[in-house]
Amino acid sequence: MIGVGKIKQYSNVLDKPLGKGKQEVSLSAFAFLFSELVQYNQTQVDNIAELERRLEDAGYAVGARVLELLCHREKGNRRETRLLGILSFIHSTVWKVLFGKVADSLEKGTEHEDEYMISEKELLVNRFISIPKDMGAFNCGAFVAGVVRGVLDNAGFPAVVTAHFVPVDGQQRPRTTILIKFAEEVLQREARLG
Amino acid sequence: MAPAVPKSGDAIFASVDRVNSELFTLTYGAIVRQLITDLEEVEEVNKQLDQMGYNIGVRLVDEFLAKSNVSRCVDFRETAEVIAKVGFKMFLGVTASVTNWDAEGTTCSLILEDNPLVDFVELPDTCQGLYYCNILSGVVRGALEMVSMKTEVTWLRDMLKGDDVFELQVKLLKQVPEEYPYKDDE
Repeated sequence: MIGVGKIKQYSNVLDKPLGKGKQEVSLSAFAFLFSELVQYNQTQVDNIAELERRLEDAGYAVGARVLELLCHREKGNRRETRLLGILSFIHSTVWKVLFGKVADSLEKGTEHEDEYMISEKELLVNRFISIPKDMGAFNCGAFVAGVVRGVLDNAGFPAVVTAHFVPVDGQQRPRTTILIKFAEEVLQREARLG
Repeated sequence: MAPAVPKSGDAIFASVDRVNSELFTLTYGAIVRQLITDLEEVEEVNKQLDQMGYNIGVRLVDEFLAKSNVSRCVDFRETAEVIAKVGFKMFLGVTASVTNWDAEGTTCSLILEDNPLVDFVELPDTCQGLYYCNILSGVVRGALEMVSMKTEVTWLRDMLKGDDVFELQVKLLKQVPEEYPYKDDE
């Protein structure tokens, strides 16, 4: 039985050193964990939109923390204030730390000014996942979309982020695209900054 | 023909694909947070984590046996050693040690000094009854059940609660002989 007087930890977690971030776990451990996350959420919802939203919320929390961790460790506490700066931060630094490689591509949307796309041939989280036909357009990349949204939101660039499958000729599995649509205020601020 | 040599935990870990442990840690944290928000009762969360761990363990043991080439363990002692040295290393990248054997050799403790699940974690006052790493106890229980051992796995020491290591007690309840679903000559 935990005694009331023992609630303070052995050492304050804030005093512990951050670590270099080089420790690794096996991919299968992560894949098992992620599959349990999806399975658990499937029991809690009735429809696909809810499931995507819950995965995104889980990712949002991860993104917020990843931003704090990486800003401190990789960038020496410098804050990104420009749109392209934060996008390339996500595309290279965040992706490199989380998935071991930079994202395949970063593109600006042609139809709308406020849309950007990060594409990946095979998202790490989707590697061992197959979507049954009756789930239609559901994409577990919603988790990654949530991570991106978490990073952007907490960096001061509110956006709507979604994950989509884009079929590619000659490839059996479709490519995944993370679509980022920035809020109006972000574009206005970007225009003001020149 | 010589039997296949069991590989060491380090060798297997070096040969599997790996991901950054921080992604793993943060994802696990997101899961626990979701569970706490949904279930609200700490006991319920503990049970759910154990169940999730059980589901994982049941599938994980296949991969473990396939990749590690361990031969059939002669007794529970060997089983515990293999879990601590090869199993934990292969999946979590850390080794555990086995101590506190009881007289009959059916109960032991796995000691984890380093646990990637709990990096950056602090238990708030409202969740003091939470076994944050309960998924691990489910994994061990599920994996052993698939190799015909019914066990009871409990946490003795928890670093998030002020102890200096994580101590997981594994108690062998009984060994279930394998049942073949096919009758002879059918």
